[in-house]
Amino acid sequence: MRPLFALQLGVTLATCLFMTLPAVLSVLAGVTANYFQGISSGLTLQWVAQVWELYADTIARSLLIAFGALVATLVIGVPAAWALLRTPGRLSRAVEEVVTLPLSVPGLALALALLQLYGTWRGFRMSDWFILVGHVLYTLPFMIRAVMAVMATIDLPRLEEAAAALGAPAWRRFIDIAVPNAAPGILAGALTVVTLSIGEFNLTWMLHTPLTKTLPVGLADSYASMRLEIASAYTLVFFVMVLPLLVAMQWASQRAQSIGATR
Amino acid sequence: MSSASRFVLIAALPLATFAAAFLLLPLAQLVHTSASGPMGLSVYLHLLERPRYLRALLDTALLSALVSLAAIAIATTAGLFLVRHRFAGRSLLIGLLTFPLAFPGVAVGFMIILLAGRQGVLNQVADLLGGRMVLAYSMTGLFLGYLYFSIPRVILTIMAAAEKIDPALEEAARSLGASPFAVLRDVTLPALTPALVASGAIAFATAMGAFGTAFTLATNIDVLPMVIYTEFTLAANFATAAALSVVLGLVTWVLLFAARSLAGTTVAAGG
Repeated sequence: MRPLFALQLGVTLATCLFMTLPAVLSVLAGVTANYFQGISSGLTLQWVAQVWELYADTIARSLLIAFGALVATLVIGVPAAWALLRTPGRLSRAVEEVVTLPLSVPGLALALALLQLYGTWRGFRMSDWFILVGHVLYTLPFMIRAVMAVMATIDLPRLEEAAAALGAPAWRRFIDIAVPNAAPGILAGALTVVTLSIGEFNLTWMLHTPLTKTLPVGLADSYASMRLEIASAYTLVFFVMVLPLLVAMQWASQRAQSIGATR
Repeated sequence: MSSASRFVLIAALPLATFAAAFLLLPLAQLVHTSASGPMGLSVYLHLLERPRYLRALLDTALLSALVSLAAIAIATTAGLFLVRHRFAGRSLLIGLLTFPLAFPGVAVGFMIILLAGRQGVLNQVADLLGGRMVLAYSMTGLFLGYLYFSIPRVILTIMAAAEKIDPALEEAARSLGASPFAVLRDVTLPALTPALVASGAIAFATAMGAFGTAFTLATNIDVLPMVIYTEFTLAANFATAAALSVVLGLVTWVLLFAARSLAGTTVAAGG
């Protein structure tokens, strides 16, 4: 028992160190006056202030696009999840397979595909809409899956039959019964969409123009051309934005799952 | 048609429109572009004949396989430990192992630069000892970076599967005199196999398509996504870039499809 236990504990702690150490270094570098001299050079917020001056537009754009992706995935994904559960068997599985393609096909390939088809449509290609389309493409499967998972655990057909017997038309049954009952799944999906959109790089790097940079695109930019302290401070800003979302997302997903399990 | 089934169609309409316009048509265009270069469809044969592309494909596959195996080994060890033991600080450790889930690939690359770059902590330690240790921009650096974004995904899948193993099975084996190692080999690992296969496939597919991490670290290394990127942006070699993307997309899709048929749902993202 003992050697196995010691090995497991050792691997667990070493892995924690591997995951955490670079992030801690990055946070420290972002608030240190001179990283090469070490902490003794003093703590400062000047790099964070510089990041704000240089990159505030990328932060605003990322928030705007994340909000847009949220609205779009709600409007497209929630009714679609309901419709897929209403459609029996093979057809709905085939549709699900197609719409979840963006989970298994790398973002780089999807971005090239979008560029091949729409790259010459200048007005669209140069706008934030082009990036929004990429983000919706990538996040939509997460919304559909989260909503379907919760809807599948509720006895929706029974509830809707009862409503139908009382004379509610189909759209009322969707709005008044399916949507409120699927709320935990919708919340989990919504937090996932916003978190993933704010961090999306693989598609966005190909789709962006100098005038449509998002936060992760700006990060790549700063890693290549700014001093280490500014790159680190920018990464720190990203952590502060995304980590609370990540915690909320995991909480909501677990809640959605446990609601499914107890029904 | 009843009004109920008409409403199902209406509910599916936004999805159908979006998927057709921004997924199916663009993918069809990608395949079309790959075949509309000077070589036509034989561009795919050409990929196999040019050592650079074939090598990049094999190197990327080998790197991804090694990363998946390492991630599974580490995540199984740590995941089983965290599922089987309750102690103060356990949720903190789980948090520390999974927080990079939402990091873009470029940020993961930056983490590796801080760890193993020229001004990284490893090199600082080596410097004190009179040596030099810069791994970030080599295959080793890529391996570390891919491992960094793979561990959180794999560990979540494995922990979820380990929670579902009936503890009575392991207890029965123990009470029959099996050693802890034998219990692990004959009871726990077989029960985990579907999760190991699924998470291994996710890790492999994510690593094959990882662009952001490679973009930060692999300026001089030919991994497939970087080859596609340079063919497209620098060489303006659209047919080749499209053909390589089609190959990459098919490889990752087929793998994940097979893994899903074996072991339930999968979530691949990021990198």
